Amino acid sequence: MLKVKNLNVYYGNIHALHNISFEVNEGEIVTLIGANGAGKTTTLHSISRLIPIESGEVEFLGHTLQTLWPHNIVELGLIQVPEGRRIFSNLTVKENLEMGAFIRKDREQIKKDYEMIFTRFPRLKERLRQMAGTLSGGEQQMLAIARALMSKPKLLLLDEPSMGLAPLLVKEIFSIIQEINKAGTTVLLVEQNAHLALSVADRAYVLETGRIVTQGSAKALASSEDVRKAYLGG
Amino acid sequence: MGVIQQILQQTLNGLALGGIYALLALGYTMVYGIVKLINFAHGDILMLGAFAGYFVLNYFGVTPGTLVLSFIISMPVCAIIGILIEKICYKPLRDSPRINALITAIGVSLFLENGARVLPVIGPNPRVFPTLPSVTHNLFGLGISRVQILVFIITIGLMIILNYIVNYTKIGRAMRAVSFDQGASSLMGINVDRVISFTFALGSALAAAAGILFASSYPQVEPYMGIMPGLKAFIAAVMGGIGSIPGAMLGGFILGVAETLTKGFISSQLADAFAFGFLIIILVVKPTGILGKPVGEKV
Repeated sequence: MLKVKNLNVYYGNIHALHNISFEVNEGEIVTLIGANGAGKTTTLHSISRLIPIESGEVEFLGHTLQTLWPHNIVELGLIQVPEGRRIFSNLTVKENLEMGAFIRKDREQIKKDYEMIFTRFPRLKERLRQMAGTLSGGEQQMLAIARALMSKPKLLLLDEPSMGLAPLLVKEIFSIIQEINKAGTTVLLVEQNAHLALSVADRAYVLETGRIVTQGSAKALASSEDVRKAYLGG
Repeated sequence: MGVIQQILQQTLNGLALGGIYALLALGYTMVYGIVKLINFAHGDILMLGAFAGYFVLNYFGVTPGTLVLSFIISMPVCAIIGILIEKICYKPLRDSPRINALITAIGVSLFLENGARVLPVIGPNPRVFPTLPSVTHNLFGLGISRVQILVFIITIGLMIILNYIVNYTKIGRAMRAVSFDQGASSLMGINVDRVISFTFALGSALAAAAGILFASSYPQVEPYMGIMPGLKAFIAAVMGGIGSIPGAMLGGFILGVAETLTKGFISSQLADAFAFGFLIIILVVKPTGILGKPVGEKV
């Protein structure tokens, strides 16, 4: 579904990503794990075309992404829930969801999708007319995911959904991610919390200073000695 | 005429003038909200709008119908000019330091003024703007001219339309989203360039309307006519809180009333000094402007 081949990205003189290659197949949850500054967010940003890439290829459903604009990519069915949520605080919850559905024109289906969102995130329904900036951290993360779902994505990129949330909320968010995946959306998950990420993912890639150092099934990596030592705290 | 009545009369005149400032201030504040640029060429769009209206009225003669036509033609013409200015001059500088775009805006302003001067159809000499014969009506003992009525109808009508667009349409929501976070907006599939173009078009169309109203109130058009109203509208926008749409409206009206009251009761020479002094006082008391929100931390 998504194929990244020999991706190189620079920030000025800094070589941020070295020949990164990975794949996400339809129906999977794939996770990119790694420490702070390993290049996880950079990878997602270069897929969504927020930053220019130096060389390499990003292919999604047969389309070469590097020739497209960020908004075209959303039209193809790839959307990102960015790090730090980045909801529109100056808009209401309802308007945030409408922004997620910005590219869509099928009004009837959009209405049904609101209902789907409200059954999955009942708390958002209660806060529909509220300014998004007044939501709590967990609610904001749910809104960010719900907003992305309103675009009816085929592939959902999630950047650090656990960031800054209490453990109980993190658990809730991750079970929602699994539900979304079961309902048919492929997920590429970027996480610092490797343990948690590996517990929900099918396959994983480990990033270290801009390189992919290990890959494999999530189960195998979770039990691998090296990964345990480096990322799971022994 | 008693003092109270004089004050009321000057306030009425000030509101009419302020409505024009407010229309212009809206353009400053919307563009600032979206691209964080003070578009110093905005006052010159008022001039171009006034000239577009001038040509229409000169060609067809002045009737209420052609006056409406002058708005219908001038506003889209200026909207297109606004889009072109953004695409040609500001867009290439979007990722460079903000001061570069600011200097470019001053350059665009000089280009439009002097370009108009050398253009044979406009030229350096002031021309008389065609107006309907002046009629003054009586409103609760105060005089209100036909032009002032026109100013009120047009400014309030346009503000209502603008409020509707910004708050209740898809493109308006996109404008607010982009002004909050461009990156997140493009991640949602919003074409940020198109939203920016739309904002410039909207602001420039309002400036064109302000131009015709300004030229109808002070019936003269010349290439430098946009400078002072442009500066005043900028003050109004900052006073109301730059980036805030209600702030720009409020700031425009306050500035207009302050100006006519100063002219009427203190000194007409000091009117501009008072306007700027007023701005300084407000910024000392509330640095973000009357309705401006302090820049919140993004989590």
